[in-house]
Amino acid sequence: MRLEYFQMLDEVEELSTDRAEIIARAHVPERSPVFEGHFPGLAIMPGVLLLETMAQASGYLVLAINGFSRMPFFANVKEANFRSFVRPGASLRVRAVRVHDGSGFAVTDASIECNGSRMCDARLTMRTVAFPTSGLQQHVLSEGGRLGLVKAMDALT
Amino acid sequence: MASTFDTVASIISSASDVPLEQIKPDSHVMKDLEIDSLAFLDITFEIDKSFGIQLPVDDWMSEVNGGKRSGDDYFVLKNLCTQIDNLRAEVAA
Repeated sequence: MRLEYFQMLDEVEELSTDRAEIIARAHVPERSPVFEGHFPGLAIMPGVLLLETMAQASGYLVLAINGFSRMPFFANVKEANFRSFVRPGASLRVRAVRVHDGSGFAVTDASIECNGSRMCDARLTMRTVAFPTSGLQQHVLSEGGRLGLVKAMDALT
Repeated sequence: MASTFDTVASIISSASDVPLEQIKPDSHVMKDLEIDSLAFLDITFEIDKSFGIQLPVDDWMSEVNGGKRSGDDYFVLKNLCTQIDNLRAEVAA
């Protein structure tokens, strides 16, 4: 994770387009300016960043399924639960499953686990639109390569 | 068994601040009920789930934005319900 750059995922561990499921790894850094304010003397990952982490996993799942043809944007969250503190240095397992494929949107159930314990979960809606710029599409493709998502997609074909 | 209109009206009322009694067959989802695009995503999701269909909203918007159809054809409730019934019949066929 590079929190300051909103780069929340480190590696795709598993992808199944049949089950419409992705599992990714994310390692919380030991140090970050984020922890200086959240909170002094008790560093914990802000819930909003955990939400972003689940949204990114959901987004890459949607991208893998649509072949990077349309950009998913985080549009809605429901039933978000933050069950335990996530501390610096934690190794996270981020899972997202698409539970509905709509016209121009997808709904996912996402969760984050640490050492087998569920830290948080939520239902997310991703609105999918044509890429607004080719630069964004290239960037997302490049990030998909960094995460090993493109390789995981190739392995499925 | 609830009619398509009753089910859709109930979904809209649950997903918005619009009281059920204000939702009429001639109501336009956006113009009359003032449902915004995000709330309409929610409504679409619930309609898809309730009726086992996928409302092709992207295609409808392309047709409306391209001037091929009027938004009323899809977003006035009685017309939306007809579209839903047609899609259900296609799924059942």
